[in-house]
Amino acid sequence: MNIPILRTENLKAFYVLDMAGKQKVAKAVNEVDLEIRENEVYGIAGESGCGKTTLLKAIFGAFDPPLRLIDGHIFYYMNDLGVDVTTLNANEKRKLRMTYISYVPQGSMSVLNPVIKVKGTYQDFIGSHVRGKTRKEAFELARQHIIELGLPRNILDTYPHQLSGGMRQRVTIALAALLGPRIMIADEPTTALDVVVQRGVIQLLMSIQQKLKNTIILVTHDMGVHANIADRIAIMYAGKIVEEATTTQIFGSPAHPYTRFLIDSLPRFGDKTTRSSVPGNPPSLTNLPDGCPFHPRCPHTFEPCKQQMPDFTHLNADHKVACWLVA
Amino acid sequence: MDKLLEVEQLTKVFSLGSILSRVKITATDSVSFYIKPAEIFALAGESGCGKTTAAKMILGFEKPTSGTIAHRGKQEAIKGKAWITGGVQAIFQDPFATFNPLRVVDRYFFENVRNFKLARGKAAATEFIDQKLKLVGLSYEEFAGKYPSEFSGGQLQRISIARALLTNPKLLIADEPVSMVDASLRMSIVNLFKKLRDEIGVSVLYITHDLATAYYISDRIAIMFRGNIVEMGTVEQVLMNPRHPYTQLLRESIPEADPARRWSSTVSLTELEQEEYLRRGCKFAGRCPKVMEMCKTVVPEDIIHDDVLVKCHLYSGNGKSKKTV
Repeated sequence: MNIPILRTENLKAFYVLDMAGKQKVAKAVNEVDLEIRENEVYGIAGESGCGKTTLLKAIFGAFDPPLRLIDGHIFYYMNDLGVDVTTLNANEKRKLRMTYISYVPQGSMSVLNPVIKVKGTYQDFIGSHVRGKTRKEAFELARQHIIELGLPRNILDTYPHQLSGGMRQRVTIALAALLGPRIMIADEPTTALDVVVQRGVIQLLMSIQQKLKNTIILVTHDMGVHANIADRIAIMYAGKIVEEATTTQIFGSPAHPYTRFLIDSLPRFGDKTTRSSVPGNPPSLTNLPDGCPFHPRCPHTFEPCKQQMPDFTHLNADHKVACWLVA
Repeated sequence: MDKLLEVEQLTKVFSLGSILSRVKITATDSVSFYIKPAEIFALAGESGCGKTTAAKMILGFEKPTSGTIAHRGKQEAIKGKAWITGGVQAIFQDPFATFNPLRVVDRYFFENVRNFKLARGKAAATEFIDQKLKLVGLSYEEFAGKYPSEFSGGQLQRISIARALLTNPKLLIADEPVSMVDASLRMSIVNLFKKLRDEIGVSVLYITHDLATAYYISDRIAIMFRGNIVEMGTVEQVLMNPRHPYTQLLRESIPEADPARRWSSTVSLTELEQEEYLRRGCKFAGRCPKVMEMCKTVVPEDIIHDDVLVKCHLYSGNGKSKKTV
């Protein structure tokens, strides 16, 4: 059953910068239509600077200046009702956070308050989102949760600086899962972590998803991580989604030239033949080319690419791609 | 054989804590290896395994507690000749931390050229710098007059490499050079190291936790765990047929870009790193799936097994014990 839990419609969120009287607009999220389902891990892949973090902020409803919602809607589906997040005020959004949707930002190991023990952060957090719990009850709740997730029980009594980066990351993820949110958003949860710790963090996310049967939206530039955990993947480039499919389809039959580059640029064991990166540099979001934003770097560019952004072509029920080669 | 760099029994002990309770952590423990000319040697391991400490000692930033470092057969005093004559250069993890954000990047290049007397006059210097930039796939026009913030991470890292190449070094020490670069762009930097080795015979000490890129470009590799080298040999032998249980763990933890080959088991992570450093016996005993009783009390010796050095009791029956390979 493919039940939607979140949907965006023609979402446009730009950074409007005013420098010495001149206005610069970074089109970070540029007409994005997504439909994310219950009980799935949805991956968003793309290079740095493509707008993935902004897309997450927009989905979360965090439009802090200079980020502005220019156009479009975001719907959360709760109990069969679609709520348009763009119409809610700050207080209503705050009520939804952590209980319906939670966000693990990039570099979240720095999110923990360095001058109080980890249990203090958990207690503060429970105190501001759940009514009627004493500090002691909140501590019990936190302890139960930590043990269920397989994390060492004594971490609640440590200060953040006593824990390694990987452990802090897992503590922050556990915190985001504490109130059983229906959607968890994780922005680059494994960057700067080494390979074994990365595996531990990803496995923690998977065990949370299997327990809560909720939705995880995972953003990372590392295709290897997506291959291991995502059910479906969206490839993002210069503020637009250029391809979306199941994980098997993305790796088995990537349709967009950019997706193909992303996959081919990864080294594989047993193979020392020369591989190449995506050529050139990603465009600046304040100065996008006309037509398809990938055309200056694409080896298959032809006339229509320079003039108009292609619409989505559906290759089958789950696989869609925005490319003139396929249309 | 001409060894560009030889490190023997290199050890660094840090003393942590307050006056009331001090704990000694051996960050780097009797590490021995060598690097030949025109070779890429990878030093790989998790965060906190001692690889960066080893690099700092080789570069002269830290004084070893014991052990020797020899550049081209000569044991150098710390901050000795090799460093000053530019025979050894370094590339660090964060290109934005390498350059002062308030300085135009080309100033560093012109300064280096002047200090090392690499060219005379502005025109010759510009030509010289342009040649080095071309080696890394950039041109002087797109580089001149810009601040670090005007480049992307990948471009700035390539600029760091160009800067390191100014003095025509024979050895580059690259400490996690691609960890902060997007996975899809790592190839362009790592291919550069390959090209430098093949075209101008530069050796690279490639320090990383990314075994996939280590496999792709290295000739030989040493795997470090909590200060010790636990396995060392050619990259084909060590990574395609890992012997030490820790190498096996690292190898299987790499997320492969193939949804048909997902991790089949869960990993157990260490709780507090300090505990592992202070173990008697083999430091990996707490997490090793093949642990035996003796592992918890007896430190394994360095054993040569089919030309690969392994520090593990599992191999003590079938190999010869030796200090270095």
